[in-house]
Amino acid sequence: MRYESLLDSLGRTPLVGLPALSPSPDVRLWAKLEDRNPTGSVKDRPALRMIEAAEADGRLTPGCTILEPTSGNTGISLAMAATLKGYRLVCVMPENTSEERRQLLAMWGAEIIPSPAAGGSNEAVRIAKGLTHDNPSWVMLYQYGNPGNALAHYEGTGPELLEDLPEITHFVAGLGTTGTLMGVGRFLREKVPGISVVAAEPRYGELVYGLRNLDEGFVPELYDESVLTSRFSVGPRDAVRRTRELLQLEGIFAGISTGAVVHAALGMARKAVEAGEPAQIAFVVADAGWKYLSTGAYEGTLDDAEERLEGQLWA
Amino acid sequence: MAVEVRIPTILRQYTGGAKTVEGDGATLSALIDDLETRHPGLRERLLDDGALRKFVNVYLNDEDVRFLDGPGTAVSDGDAVTVLPAVAGGSGAATRPGR
Repeated sequence: MRYESLLDSLGRTPLVGLPALSPSPDVRLWAKLEDRNPTGSVKDRPALRMIEAAEADGRLTPGCTILEPTSGNTGISLAMAATLKGYRLVCVMPENTSEERRQLLAMWGAEIIPSPAAGGSNEAVRIAKGLTHDNPSWVMLYQYGNPGNALAHYEGTGPELLEDLPEITHFVAGLGTTGTLMGVGRFLREKVPGISVVAAEPRYGELVYGLRNLDEGFVPELYDESVLTSRFSVGPRDAVRRTRELLQLEGIFAGISTGAVVHAALGMARKAVEAGEPAQIAFVVADAGWKYLSTGAYEGTLDDAEERLEGQLWA
Repeated sequence: MAVEVRIPTILRQYTGGAKTVEGDGATLSALIDDLETRHPGLRERLLDDGALRKFVNVYLNDEDVRFLDGPGTAVSDGDAVTVLPAVAGGSGAATRPGR
């Protein structure tokens, strides 16, 4: 496949069957390999889309500074695109995200403002909003509320999935900005009667949540609960276990958040088997495992891995 | 075999500090009634007039029961129920945003 530039090679990622992980010939799992995007994650889609929309409406002009709260992948995608297009990028990032992500962002030329670990991404969002107030010329694309995020999936990921798997019955993805689930979910709901749209939300230990007031919860502006049909909460132990199964059974080296997605996909598969119903379950591999090797999730026992992930933002 | 119920720190005052307790019942609501007989006060913290309290999330085998049948969700032996404070507020969205 030939493209004019790296940016042009975005999307059209492979959908691969998972014969060993699928419970039966009638209940099958499919993985959409979004790590095969220009910077290695699904976030290239919304990042590029948001930049292009901001360029089109004149908010973003050469030499501008882009500001974004991100714990990694979106920042990496934006940094790549910003370098090629001549923008400066400032990322606000929780200090408890992995070292690899920090190094990659720096390598692609982004400036990083750390936010306190205790507040998670919510705190990063709060700090970023404060910075735009102090620097009115900076452009915050704001992935949590930017319609371009969900649209990238409504117009890209969703149609690709339906083209490759017309018989799709379930779509499963991680719940973060909610852009993937909202975009693909809306598209599939319009095209596939009875489609299940399943969210897998990472569940963190009380070290991450404990210090926060319950009322301070942050709901991304993009989120519309009515698009979802199921929502799973997956802890680090199950996420790591499924990440390892995906590698051992199918050879796919995915990031830890994908393990949480696999866990939810297998939960839906089990229910289909119990109900005696056929199912074609597609899920998103958001990125590969490289950026998470230093978390300790990929070696030793599950107990070891679970302990090491305590207090880390692993998804 | 019974249903294992994981209790968050904030509610362990009702379970004598236990992280997990066991109970029986055909539905989540019946299970909570059964737990109440041994852990008085717990039901009040989970249900309000028969509905799940706003700032409590309950998961059946990791699946949010609000997307199933709420307190009426059927449970069976061997299932795992997890109770969590709802950090995002009620049945709200992502407790922590994306990558």
